[in-house]
Amino acid sequence: MKILVCIKQVPDMESKFKVDAGGTWYAKTDLAWRMNEYDEYAVEQAVQLKEQEKDGDLTVLCIGSEKVKETMKKALAMGCDRGAHITDEEVSGKEPYQIAGIIAEYAKDKNFDLIFTGMQSQDRGSAQVGILVAEMLGIPGITTVVRFAFKDGVVDVKRELEGGIKACVSVNAPAVITCQLGLNTPRYPTLPNIMKAKKKELLSTPVQELLKVEARQETAKMYFPEKKGGGLVLEGDAAALADQLIKILKEKTAVLS
Amino acid sequence: MKILLIAESREGKLLGSCYELMAFAEKMAAETAMVLVGSDSALPRFAGKLYLADATAVGEYNPDAHKQLILDVVAKEQADMVVFSHSSYGWDLAPRIAFAMKAAQISEVVDVVDGTMVVPVCNAKLRRDVTVKTAKTVVTLQAGAFGLAEEPTAAPTVEPIRVEAGGKVRFTGYEQAEIGGVDLGKAKIIVSAGRGIGKPENVAMIAALAKALGGEYGASRPVVDSEWVEHNRQVGTTGQTVAPKLYIACGISGAIQHLAGMKKSEFIVAVNTDKDAPIGDVADVLVVADLKQFVPLLTEKIQAL
Ligand SMILES: Cc1cc2nc3c(=O)[nH]c(=O)nc-3n(C[C@H](O)[C@H](O)[C@H](O)COP(=O)(O)OP(=O)(O)OC[C@H]3O[C@@H](n4cnc5c(N)ncnc54)[C@H](O)[C@@H]3O)c2cc1C
Ligand SMILES: Nc1ncnc2c1ncn2[C@@H]1O[C@H](COP(=O)(O)O)[C@@H](O)[C@H]1O
Repeated sequence: MKILVCIKQVPDMESKFKVDAGGTWYAKTDLAWRMNEYDEYAVEQAVQLKEQEKDGDLTVLCIGSEKVKETMKKALAMGCDRGAHITDEEVSGKEPYQIAGIIAEYAKDKNFDLIFTGMQSQDRGSAQVGILVAEMLGIPGITTVVRFAFKDGVVDVKRELEGGIKACVSVNAPAVITCQLGLNTPRYPTLPNIMKAKKKELLSTPVQELLKVEARQETAKMYFPEKKGGGLVLEGDAAALADQLIKILKEKTAVLS
Repeated sequence: MKILLIAESREGKLLGSCYELMAFAEKMAAETAMVLVGSDSALPRFAGKLYLADATAVGEYNPDAHKQLILDVVAKEQADMVVFSHSSYGWDLAPRIAFAMKAAQISEVVDVVDGTMVVPVCNAKLRRDVTVKTAKTVVTLQAGAFGLAEEPTAAPTVEPIRVEAGGKVRFTGYEQAEIGGVDLGKAKIIVSAGRGIGKPENVAMIAALAKALGGEYGASRPVVDSEWVEHNRQVGTTGQTVAPKLYIACGISGAIQHLAGMKKSEFIVAVNTDKDAPIGDVADVLVVADLKQFVPLLTEKIQAL
């Protein structure tokens, strides 16, 4: 059984962001980078499936600069068999249709039984790539999956809806699954597995070989939202802050009286 | 410009988000028509044409059939733009429609300024203006970003539509959210734990503060997903919606899905080490501090009152 999992490297969302000189994306300097949170669930599910199916063979794909290889190595240490790195120094300028186009071009003649993606990327947050890949390959796609099971070629999943209701859905492989928070608990790579991962195949392909579609949209401008204002910001020594807050709660709310 | 609005229905009920779609269209000063896979006993108030398919025949979740229904109407109405909510329904269907229409899709639009769509980036810390290069556009709207000044009163002109119910994806039913235990909706004071608490042992200090205040404790989703706190205490779109007199968010960044569940609280306090955390946008008071120090101190001082 052939499995593909697509991951993205994103900045830690607690980073201090700056807009870059071009004014259309965030500056890439001084950021801590990690695997997109939703993709960690995708990798974990793909690895579990590979372990379940004896002939499981799992490729992790990531489009990005040389630096994304660090994140790919984590996926390899979690249990992916090989890495397909699509080298692209300009990846932040690629919109979801192009990203999906690259992935579909890579996957089209490889007959993957299942393709896992995150439900969305934390920085761009478009929630498009997974379904677009499915449409491009002409196979079914199911979004926002929080439970996954696979048996005899049939995928049984639960999709999460608003308010905590779940829709139970099944589909025959091949299919694309987009993974939502809470699908599983991603494993921490162990030291022996980190060592093993160093020997796994991690091949780079220039993006030009796989990019066959044109951009359908672009970012005209990136900026910080106007602060809604009004809110009071308290900083300083914790004990003094506690006193300040109690005073405010007494004045502004009835909860402490 | 003609915009096709895609309303949603769940378990036979029309979702109110269809009025947000109308508000968006109003802002775009566009002509509209609407599509709903739902029931003729739960129609939106809408002064226009409503293409209605029967959900009991098609299935509430059937992406292949819903896609075909929408595309048929797009062709018939010659729509330039198709608008969904950025919801579990919208983000599942919108890319399928965009692909078929050879259209750009702009996800999670929060505003339109002089015709330019604005979307959030990086957990709403940044925003970007998006321009499209295609003739047609598909858009999903962030929940709550658009609202009508007044709800319409008109009844739609209904045109029934149908499609073969088949499709590759089989929907077998809903699983309801677990209920029972606490009812956060009734609590006057809620203190919530976010991922910033760091480890499960620290739920206790959040619960202790809630107790000292005579309230309940809640949590953001990652804390629930990690099973540090049970699901019926989750606040947000996939948990509960609350509006207590006081909401204290500890170590919660303020993602839109969390805000949607608590921003109507009367007074909001956030405790966060990150001064720029988006929770600051809705907080009346943002205490920039390490919750592990601050929360126990605050609890002690409140107990001593
Ligand atoms: C479809 C969908 C539905 C969702 N539904 C929900 C929902 O119902 N409810 C929900 O909550 N989320 C929901 N989410 C998830 C949501 O997008 C966010 O991922 C989540 O709310 C983040 O939780 P958090 O703020 O606790 O964690 P993070 O975003 O990781 O934030 C942690 C915060 O803690 C701060 N911090 C770290 N250490 C400390 C410290 N020592 N002291 C003080 N502060 C500290 C950090 O600065 C940061 O701001 C949903 C997501 C999707 C896609
Ligand atoms: N640069 C990339 N390389 C590989 N996969 C990606 C990339 N960008 C996005 N994806 C995948 O597409 C999913 C959805 O991304 P998005 O549509 O941008 O929200 C992510 O969770 C990843 O699985």
